[in-house]
Amino acid sequence: MTWVLANLGLIWARTLDHVVLSLPPIVLCFVIAVPLGWLARRYAVSRGIILTGAGLLYAIPSLPLFFVLPAVIGTGLRSPLNVIIALTLYGVALMVRVVSDGLESVDGDVRQSATAVGYSGWSRFWQVELPLSGPVLLAGMRVVAVSTVSLVTVGAVIGVQSLGSLFTDGFQRGIQAEILAGLVATVVLALAFDGALVLLGRLLMPWTRRDAPTRVAAPIEVSAA
Amino acid sequence: MIEFRSVSKRFPDGTLAVEDFSLVLPSHQTTVLVGSSGSGKTTLLRMINRMVDPSSGSVEIDGEDIATLPPVKLRRGIGYVMQNSGLLPHRTVVDNVATVPLLRGTPKSQARQDALTLLDTVGLDRSLADRYPSQLSGGQQQRVGVARGLAVNPNILLMDEPFGAVDPIVRAELQQELVRLQKELDKTVVFVTHDIEEAFLLGDQIVILREGGRIAQVGSPADLLAHPADDFVASFVGADRGRRALHVERHGDEDVVVDSDGRLAGVLDSARRAGMAADPEAAR
Repeated sequence: MTWVLANLGLIWARTLDHVVLSLPPIVLCFVIAVPLGWLARRYAVSRGIILTGAGLLYAIPSLPLFFVLPAVIGTGLRSPLNVIIALTLYGVALMVRVVSDGLESVDGDVRQSATAVGYSGWSRFWQVELPLSGPVLLAGMRVVAVSTVSLVTVGAVIGVQSLGSLFTDGFQRGIQAEILAGLVATVVLALAFDGALVLLGRLLMPWTRRDAPTRVAAPIEVSAA
Repeated sequence: MIEFRSVSKRFPDGTLAVEDFSLVLPSHQTTVLVGSSGSGKTTLLRMINRMVDPSSGSVEIDGEDIATLPPVKLRRGIGYVMQNSGLLPHRTVVDNVATVPLLRGTPKSQARQDALTLLDTVGLDRSLADRYPSQLSGGQQQRVGVARGLAVNPNILLMDEPFGAVDPIVRAELQQELVRLQKELDKTVVFVTHDIEEAFLLGDQIVILREGGRIAQVGSPADLLAHPADDFVASFVGADRGRRALHVERHGDEDVVVDSDGRLAGVLDSARRAGMAADPEAAR
């Protein structure tokens, strides 16, 4: 505990590093996975290729990927870009299937009626199908967020600073409190990301709330997050 | 006026849903397509807004072949109401009703204002405007569906078994409401159902379909009852089951009307009967 109190500044700095490394992959993988997931659902051929590719991608262990990436894309071995790109790839691998399944989960009647009243394919996708697959997408993004926050720590092994550096440093110097602090801070950060996503979901998808604001007061339980 | 000219539809899997179908649907009237499943009635309805394109033949609206019109634009000008309402679950009631005007570029405040007025038209309380569809009863959802169908003030309103999924009491209520609305609005309505009672209640022109969209008979309810073209039509309208084959029996000093199974259907109004004998016109 004394170590923690004496090193609050360090822990905070590593936490910020960690956030900076975690956010881009989480956002990027969503942006990339949406069109890919759409493509995977749209055509039988692309479905096979994309989903199999995503599955294989996810099977690559993270540490070798951190080492191989610089050689492939020409970044420095210790560049944070390696971590960001690698984790984006993992996120995409997971989210492509989720997006495809999410779009599939949209009620066929709703899709038909949207077409019948005059949505074009493009506007129907953005205004109807994507929002309605929101709950499935959110579930996927929560997994991505937590696993990204956790995988960022591996980057410490190749020298990209994050909360993971507290593990590596603690191991090298035999400071158990530092290892523990890194562990706890990582879990707390993961939970914070998860909570933020849940909040964002409630904000963007008011129709999924059981206690939607306009509902007449009824003896129904207040939804637990 | 909507006209089908020798329309056929073969789906990619080989089923022939509609074969050589020709029909004129007069403007400002309600045409009901009635048939059991597999009769192609929904396929025919969907050809009017190009949800389905015919394999051969053409569909014309006011003399214009709709195959030449862009489907999205065509659909935005035709009201569409379907079973299970087809409302967008992530939009509030008022936004659902305003959907098509917004797609057509009506300013948002204007579209919402019009939508509120439409809620009045279909008999919904404005307090429901900000609810989501899942917070409404089935009957209320169908009313919202009808309001959405009317939102661009279309000449044509397509209704695909719109009252099929609500309970009988609510259905009767909605049917009466539609009769009232149609009197006010005077649209060209195309209505699909498998319920002949509903067809008789709503239809000016009723089209009885056999399998594959073949027309068994077209006519007014009275035509179909009085002169069924064949046994199929007779059985469809219920003439052969005896529910509509009524006769009068003397019961004490009153005349009662009985169907062919012997079930009581009603009492002959003796005052009207007397008046009818004296002055047939006055009894109408």
